[in-house]
Amino acid sequence: MAKYKTEPLKLWNKAKEIRQQYYKNYATAHEKGGIRWAGGAWTFDAVPAGLGEDVYSLTSEPYGASVAWNKNFALECQEAAEAFGFARDLCSYMRNYWGSILIDKYVFGGPFPKPDFLWQDHICCSHAKWYQNISYLEGGIPMYCVDMGAGAYKPFAEVTESQIDYIANQLLDGIEWLEKVTGRKFNDELFFEACWNDFRSTSRWAQICELNRAVPAPLEEKTMYSLYVLATLQKSWKVVADFYDELYEEVKDRVDRGIAAVENERVRVITDTQPPWAFLKIFRYMEKYGCVSVGSIYTYGLEGMFVYDKEKHEFNHRPLPPKKPETREEACRMLADWHMCKPEYQHFVHPEYKTLMMDAICKQWNVDGVMLHYNRGCEGLSVGIAEVRLGLLKRGRKVMTFEGNMGDEREFDEARTVQRIDAFLETFGIRKSE
Amino acid sequence: MYIEEFKKYYEKRHEYAKDFKKKHPDWKIVGTFCTYYPEELMYAAKVLPVRILGSHEPQNVTEPHIFGMFCPFCRDVLAQGLQGRYDYLDGIMIAQSCLHVRQSYTSWDLHIPVDFRYYLPMPHHLQSARAKDFLKAELEKFKKALENWTGNKITDEALDEAIEILNENRRLLRQAYDFRKKDNPPMTGLEAMYMVVSSQMMHKKDHNEILKNLIEKELPNRDLGIGDHIRLMVLGSENDDVEFLDMVETITSNPAKFVIDDHCTGSRYFWNQVEPKADRLMAIAERYINRPPCPTKDWPNRLRLEHDLNLAKEWNVQGAVLLQQKFCDPHECDIPIFQRAFEEQGIKTLFLELDVLVPVGQFKIRTEAFLETLSSEDLF
Repeated sequence: MAKYKTEPLKLWNKAKEIRQQYYKNYATAHEKGGIRWAGGAWTFDAVPAGLGEDVYSLTSEPYGASVAWNKNFALECQEAAEAFGFARDLCSYMRNYWGSILIDKYVFGGPFPKPDFLWQDHICCSHAKWYQNISYLEGGIPMYCVDMGAGAYKPFAEVTESQIDYIANQLLDGIEWLEKVTGRKFNDELFFEACWNDFRSTSRWAQICELNRAVPAPLEEKTMYSLYVLATLQKSWKVVADFYDELYEEVKDRVDRGIAAVENERVRVITDTQPPWAFLKIFRYMEKYGCVSVGSIYTYGLEGMFVYDKEKHEFNHRPLPPKKPETREEACRMLADWHMCKPEYQHFVHPEYKTLMMDAICKQWNVDGVMLHYNRGCEGLSVGIAEVRLGLLKRGRKVMTFEGNMGDEREFDEARTVQRIDAFLETFGIRKSE
Repeated sequence: MYIEEFKKYYEKRHEYAKDFKKKHPDWKIVGTFCTYYPEELMYAAKVLPVRILGSHEPQNVTEPHIFGMFCPFCRDVLAQGLQGRYDYLDGIMIAQSCLHVRQSYTSWDLHIPVDFRYYLPMPHHLQSARAKDFLKAELEKFKKALENWTGNKITDEALDEAIEILNENRRLLRQAYDFRKKDNPPMTGLEAMYMVVSSQMMHKKDHNEILKNLIEKELPNRDLGIGDHIRLMVLGSENDDVEFLDMVETITSNPAKFVIDDHCTGSRYFWNQVEPKADRLMAIAERYINRPPCPTKDWPNRLRLEHDLNLAKEWNVQGAVLLQQKFCDPHECDIPIFQRAFEEQGIKTLFLELDVLVPVGQFKIRTEAFLETLSSEDLF
């Protein structure tokens, strides 16, 4: 007998269609006389939007994850990257991406579509180097990269004008660079609109995540991966911003009607870092125990814009800015300030900031336990993870760890992970239903 | 002899620091991670920066703190703190560098009590015209933090004096390196490593005195009889692996010596000077931005590659050994490209991956084979 009612998400197919359209737009951009560029999921995609309405992007992390899901293709890519001389312990998304170039195959079919320029931002040790090597492997594509290393955001650190200036001024220089490499005049109106869509997408996604505080949770993390990904593709795309508005209404309706993602929800957990993409079935396995993963700082805060409230020890969505930008300078400063606040960026400065945010999530989302993925595939999101474990334990949270790799299945031991999950979930006094 | 002094200070780094503290009670000692820390400001505030390095010994204290996929160097560094070997430090500071060693700093901050801790967001986009203003603003903040902590006002005079002490050290180290261009270099690679790394652990005035004597009285007439040895370059991530350098330089079948390097424990640390100007903080900012970069800050163009190829040419290098700390992402991103570029210039390369302990036996076999390829004309 099910404890809660459940039903499929009505917008599921629409999310899939948007994703499919995105990758197709990129592949066919040149056929329509358009421009295509490549950059990371964290990058300021609102800026190239100012080049016109026929400008399409390919973001690298979601691409690397798509490759990872296709085990044979991933192996081919990884072996090509290793044969070139790249170390096997480097970011697995990066190796999947470089491998695609080396074998000249696009995971969605056809040869790998070469971008016209590279527009990236630098957050971890690999982000700029990733694109430096794309440029090298593709024979010298023009590259621009914005350094985000201006320090942590409030309340973890004071944010001074010079820190905002550093990022905003790099964006302003980047606009001039874009005009130079594409020969196009930059359209500020399109840029302002794209900025606003970025703010809408990322603020609204955070609000959707907040709805998962409800018991039963209206969404579970495996499904959330297919939803948050749209913001990693192009958060400044109106289609994405509008979709999140629609999604918010549907998820709110599920909460109002008590619709659960997992009908026998008993234990609520959160995870951390990217999952092993080729093994998402572990989430379904956990459901046999009545365990629902209600999200993670990764699914919430990679694209969702939250603010940590030190006084209340709360993690809440960041409201939209009071008004749209009206000048190029203002837009760049608003973008810089907005993205410095990104929750997933804070732990690059200190793991304690992440611990505080995760602990607040545990409190507000009614979480019983934390599953930390010691992810060999991503140094950026695994940095400080061992200290996060200690910090959460110190605060009385139940924590388990499992080791793996988001994009390289050779480093994931499924049987061992399942055994660890069994042991962890049994500590909550629950048993698996067959 | 003077050159042997450096080894002594390298090996007795803790004794030196403790002794320094006794002799200079008005100074404080701050442990630093990486080499982007602005030493000039610290000297001007009567703070002695000492670089924290590992001890190349097995340890079992860092596993709960740093995930094993991060480089052995950052874990070895943290182990020193957890084992209480730097218990004389008054503070710690890091100028933002790679993620790996950043964890040594943050775990130290969480678990090892010190009076002063400072995270300076050193920019990565050094090739941006915006980096200078940003770094200068960050130096202003760091200056205030040092003043508040020490109670010492950092005056222009104090800064000028600090700049000169540090610049002198950099000039002297460059002069010593120039001797290595000779056909018969008067210094081994291991000795050069001791010379540079010891400067990161002691007051530069003390170091300068030894350097001056070395350059004036010892190096001009020192004959190691190594004029016929294969000339090697060593480059890559942090390397103060004495055992490895010694092993390579004592191979007898095809003797070789390191004549130049690009490491943060070598030339990259001291290569350029502060160019004095009225705006002292800007002058300091420019020095750190223009220094030979760590690969994590070397983009979009690979300026380090151009610099390294020039070094190889100027020091007449026959082969290059690329050393990399295991899991060091910034270097791992560069190494295949560097190897190809060196080979294109006719310089053969050997790539080796370092851990805390070096498998000297295996590395020796590989190094001997490499040296054999460099001397194949003699063999056949």
